[in-house]
Amino acid sequence: MASTSPTKAGGGRLAALTAWIDDRFPMTRMWKEQVAEYYAPKNMNFWYFFGSLALLVLVIQIVTGIFLTMNYKPSAAEAFGSVEYIMRDVEWGWLIRYMHSTGASAFFVVVYLHMFRALLYGSYQKPRELLWIFGMLIYFLLMGEAFFGYLLPWGNMSYWGAQVIVSLFGAVPVAGDFLMEWIRGDYYISDITLNRFFAMHVVALPLALVFLVIAHLIALHEVGSNNPDGVEIKKVKGPDGIPLDGIAFHPYYTVKDLVGVGVFLIFFCLIVFYAPTLGGLFLEAPNFEPANALQTPPHIAPVWYFTPFYAILRAVPSKSMGALLMGAAVLLFVFLPWLDRSKVKSIRYRGPLFKFFLFSFAISFVVLGWLGLQPATPLYTNMARFFAVVYFAFFLLMPWYTSIDKTKPVPTRVTYHAH
Amino acid sequence: MTEQVDTGRRHFLTVATVATGAVGAAFVAVPFLASWKPSARAKAMGAPVEVDISKLEPGAMVKVEWRGKAIYVVHRTPQMLALLPGMDDRLRDPGSNESDQPEFARNEARALKPEYLVLVGVCTHLGCAPLEKFTPGDATVSADWEGGFFCPCHGSKFDISGRVFKDVPAPTNLPVPPYRFVSDTSILIGAEAENA
Repeated sequence: MASTSPTKAGGGRLAALTAWIDDRFPMTRMWKEQVAEYYAPKNMNFWYFFGSLALLVLVIQIVTGIFLTMNYKPSAAEAFGSVEYIMRDVEWGWLIRYMHSTGASAFFVVVYLHMFRALLYGSYQKPRELLWIFGMLIYFLLMGEAFFGYLLPWGNMSYWGAQVIVSLFGAVPVAGDFLMEWIRGDYYISDITLNRFFAMHVVALPLALVFLVIAHLIALHEVGSNNPDGVEIKKVKGPDGIPLDGIAFHPYYTVKDLVGVGVFLIFFCLIVFYAPTLGGLFLEAPNFEPANALQTPPHIAPVWYFTPFYAILRAVPSKSMGALLMGAAVLLFVFLPWLDRSKVKSIRYRGPLFKFFLFSFAISFVVLGWLGLQPATPLYTNMARFFAVVYFAFFLLMPWYTSIDKTKPVPTRVTYHAH
Repeated sequence: MTEQVDTGRRHFLTVATVATGAVGAAFVAVPFLASWKPSARAKAMGAPVEVDISKLEPGAMVKVEWRGKAIYVVHRTPQMLALLPGMDDRLRDPGSNESDQPEFARNEARALKPEYLVLVGVCTHLGCAPLEKFTPGDATVSADWEGGFFCPCHGSKFDISGRVFKDVPAPTNLPVPPYRFVSDTSILIGAEAENA
């Protein structure tokens, strides 16, 4: 047995308890393998804050979400009123709800930055393809969570936003009408739709999300973290079998991540306390009036995190092609590990072509996001078309420009300057 | 009796068990998936509604709700109807061949009686509610506007029969719901005339 007898350990009751548990559950072993003796590259920089921050936001969303369900009523007659009740009558209800609504946007902020980090340093490349796919599945689930959750306050923007998104399924040939009816469970977005979206939002998707996050972390710890140099630290190990460029996740990165958490929470609290709607970006004005099936808000725009894709949808003068291209804009990320033919991971050693395409992609993502918030004027539509082309060029031309790009030689060890 | 494992037999049994299990799982999935379809109550509440049009002035529109959708009933003026024949080359589907309507409405007026237009007020693009912009030259649409419907969400335009213009995102004309005249002053929406 691997057990350490209490007398041998020499510790007190705590050591005895630890030993007792370790004989029955691999607590110490898991702590060592996953945290204290998980060796991460010592050169991880600013961009590596966002994974742990995403985990923090997940916890915020789950905890505030549980407390919101204690007062929220998932029915068309009561939903809007119960949210107002939470905001006005429940003690600290406003705080819990604003944490949840701000958390939703914060989730996408950190996830987009986390994904951009992967693009910068080639973190999706071999051997991290599956890690990347798990991450993308988490992102898709997150989009689902955001979509289902957005209907729950039963405001007019909730209602018409859901109407627009469900209508996208009408673009499916033959089965379109049936699919829409099946998703809604009614001939329109009704009480029935709200009730099932609630079930998806609070039970089904969070469960799947938590499982996928665990799978994402297991895959990460199996292959090891990438780093800003894109060097595999496992290739150069010391006599003790520990990578020479690796440092223990705990305490080095737990402490670093805590600093990130502190800075993040400053911004998070500033928004929660001083600008919870963030000028209509996080909570949209038409959602402060109840859902009305007979009155479309004058300007329907999704919440900011969906607007890059929404701008692409709107830019196409055909419903089915628009829906198809929007889906492609989201799905193409999954194929990055196979579209990228470069032998180099990190942007530090990539050539000018990749830098140019990545930079134009980042710009097009931001501009499309802004365009998706604007009304569709002819000028904006043409701009959206231009930037949609730039967006897709990043993915579709990738096999070409990554294979001919002039890369720089990659060092065997990470670059690190002691402070 | 032999000590050797019959791997062929074992493989067959594994495959057979998995296949039977999969069929069983597929059958069990049916009730769960089917539970998402409109329930009996939802179907009952989707029953036809009657609209009184005796007080509807020429040029005016009334909205009623049927199956949670806005139904537009417009009493069209002769001037409005006079616009219809000249629109064809600007419309995507002037003959309503690609659009959704009862057979009786597959015509220029898209109606049983031309002076009464009945439409589903749901844009065929992404389901917004098009606005009634019946005034010719309405500045909120365009200077050469002749009157019709305009969707504020993504700028789709429809003529006074709900037929979609070219170069807008909506793919087809506004749908016409099934309906019939119960009397000269009353329309039943959601029920089609069997042999009227």
